Amino acid sequence: MSTATTARNVRNAKAGTTEAAWVRYTLIGVALTFMALFLVLPLAAVFAEALRKGFGAYFDALQEPDAWSAMRLTLLTAAIAVPLNLVFGVAAAWCIAKYEFRGKAFLTTLVDLPFSVSPVVAGLIYVLMFGAQGWFGPWLQAHDIKIIFAVPGIVLATVFVTFPFIARELIPLMQSQGNDEEQAAIVLGATGWQTFWYVTLPNIKWGLIYGVILCNARAMGEFGAVSVVSGHIRGQTNTLPLHVEILYNEYQSVAAFAVASLLAILALVTLFIKSVAEWLHTRELKAIAALSPERPSGDLA
Amino acid sequence: MTAASLSAPLHTPGGSARKRTALRVLPGFNLTLGYTVLYLSLIVLIPLSALVFKTFTLTWEQFWAAISGPRVVASYQLTFGASLLAAMVNVVFGLLVAWVLVRYNFPGKKWVDALVDLPFALPTAVAGISLTALLAGNGWIGQYLEPLGIQVAFKPAGIVIALIFIGLPFVVRTVQPVLEDAEKELEEAATCLGATRWQTFTRVIFPSIAPALLTGFAMAFARAIGEYGSVIFIAGNMPMVSEITPLIIIGKLEQYDYAGATAVALVMLVISFALLLVVNALQSWQRKRSGAAS
Repeated sequence: MSTATTARNVRNAKAGTTEAAWVRYTLIGVALTFMALFLVLPLAAVFAEALRKGFGAYFDALQEPDAWSAMRLTLLTAAIAVPLNLVFGVAAAWCIAKYEFRGKAFLTTLVDLPFSVSPVVAGLIYVLMFGAQGWFGPWLQAHDIKIIFAVPGIVLATVFVTFPFIARELIPLMQSQGNDEEQAAIVLGATGWQTFWYVTLPNIKWGLIYGVILCNARAMGEFGAVSVVSGHIRGQTNTLPLHVEILYNEYQSVAAFAVASLLAILALVTLFIKSVAEWLHTRELKAIAALSPERPSGDLA
Repeated sequence: MTAASLSAPLHTPGGSARKRTALRVLPGFNLTLGYTVLYLSLIVLIPLSALVFKTFTLTWEQFWAAISGPRVVASYQLTFGASLLAAMVNVVFGLLVAWVLVRYNFPGKKWVDALVDLPFALPTAVAGISLTALLAGNGWIGQYLEPLGIQVAFKPAGIVIALIFIGLPFVVRTVQPVLEDAEKELEEAATCLGATRWQTFTRVIFPSIAPALLTGFAMAFARAIGEYGSVIFIAGNMPMVSEITPLIIIGKLEQYDYAGATAVALVMLVISFALLLVVNALQSWQRKRSGAAS
C-alpha cells in the first residue's frame, strides 16, 4: 500500500470518529465558558476581594494574632491527621489488595463510609461520644480532660472526614499491580519489611503522593465537621476556615477574604503538585513501556 | 501478572488451595487486617454507633416528631431538590467537559484538566464566601442579574449554584477514564456501516459511558446532600425556605436538643449509607460492562 493511500485511509477513519470543526469549537467554547464561570471566577473573586483595599490592608489582616493562631492550629491538625490516615491507608490497602478473605467487599465499603457521611453528622458523632452529655462525658469531666470544644475534638473530626483518602488511592493501584513482585522478593529471602520498603513502596509512591496531598488539602480546609466540635473560641479552637467564617460574619470582608486567599493558595499548590506528580508518573510508565522485553525492568531504579 | 502464571495453578485439581497458599506467602496479613479493623472501629464504627444508640433513648413518637416537623420536612425537600438539580446539571456539563478534555486538543488543555479538581482542593468555606461575593447584588455576576430581576444569592438558586461547584469533579473524573479507554474501532465500524456522527454518539458511545455517568451522578448527589460549608454562606438560611438539613442539625445542637439533632442525623446517615451502596453497585456494574467489552 502506498503512503498516499495510507494517509487517506487514516484521514477517512478520523473523519468517522470526530465531529465537524464547528461542532468541536462550539463544544470547546461551551465547556471552557462553563469552567470559567464556575471555577475560575470564584477563585479570582477570592483574591480580588482580599486586595480590595490594597496590599497594606491585606497584609495587616494576615498579621492578626488570631489569624496566626488559626494557622498554627490548622497546621497542627493536618500534621496529626495526615500521618494517622497514611499509616491506616497503607495497612488497609495491603490487606485488601494483597489477600482474599471473607467480608473483603464489606470492609472496602466501610472504609469508604466517611466520604458519604455529611460533615455535620461527622462532628455530631464525636459530640455524642465525648461531649458533656455523651458516653464518656462524665468520666472526661471527672478527669478534667477536654475533647469537645478543644483541640483533640478538632483533630478527631478531621481524621474522620479525611479517613478514606489515602486508602482509596492505594487499593485500586495495588490491586492492579498484583503480588508477583512481592512474592519474588519473599522467595529470594527478603523479610516482610524489606519487601515493603524496596518492592511495594517504589511501586505505589505516586498513588501515595496523590493520596497525601488530597488528604492534606481536605484536612486543612475542613469546615462542617470541625465547626460542630470546635466551639469557636477565638485564638484557641479556630482553624483557618472557621476564622474565615467569623470574620465574614463580622462583616470584615477584606480580612475574611485575605485569610481565605491563604486557603485558595493552598488549593492551587495542591493542584499543581498533583499535576506534576501525574505528569512524572505518566512519563515513568511510558519509559517502562518503551523498554525492550528482554531487559529486566529492575534497571530502571 | 501474565495470564499463564494465573491460569496454570487454577486448572490443576486442588488449584484453589494452592492459590491460597501462594497468596499467603506474603507476610503481614494478620497485622494489617487487625490494624485496619481496629482503627476503623475506633474512628468510624464506634462513634457512628453512638448515633444509633442515642436515638434508641427516644420513644418512637419523639423520634417521629423530631424528624417530621414542618421545618425539617421543608429542609428535606430543599436539600433533595437542590442536590438533584445540581447533580443533573453536573451530568450534562461534566460529560461535556470530560468529552472536550479527552477528544479535542486546544491550548492550555493541561491547565484546564488540572483545574477540574479545584472543588476538591478548595476549602468549602472559601468557595461559599466567594460564590456569595460573586452573586450578591453588587458582585461581578450579581450586578448584571439584579436589573433582570434575578436574585441568586440568599435564595434556593444560590444553593444549587454552590452544589454544582462542589459536584462537578465527581462526574468529570468518573467519565474521563472510561471515555479514554473507549475503543475507537467501534466508532469507525459504526461510521463504515453508515451511521451519522450523532447516531454513533447516541447508539455506540453513550451506552458505553452511561454506567460511569450514572456513578458520577450518584456521587455528586450524595456529596451534595451532606454539603454544609459552601452552602450556608450563600443560602440565606431562612426557615422553611432556604434552610438545608445539615443546618437543622446544627440549629438543634445549638439549642442543646441533642436527641432531636441525633434523630435527624440518623435519617441523613441512613440516606447516605443507601447512596453509598447504590454507588458501589453502579461501580461493579460498570466494571462488569467494561470487562465484558474487552
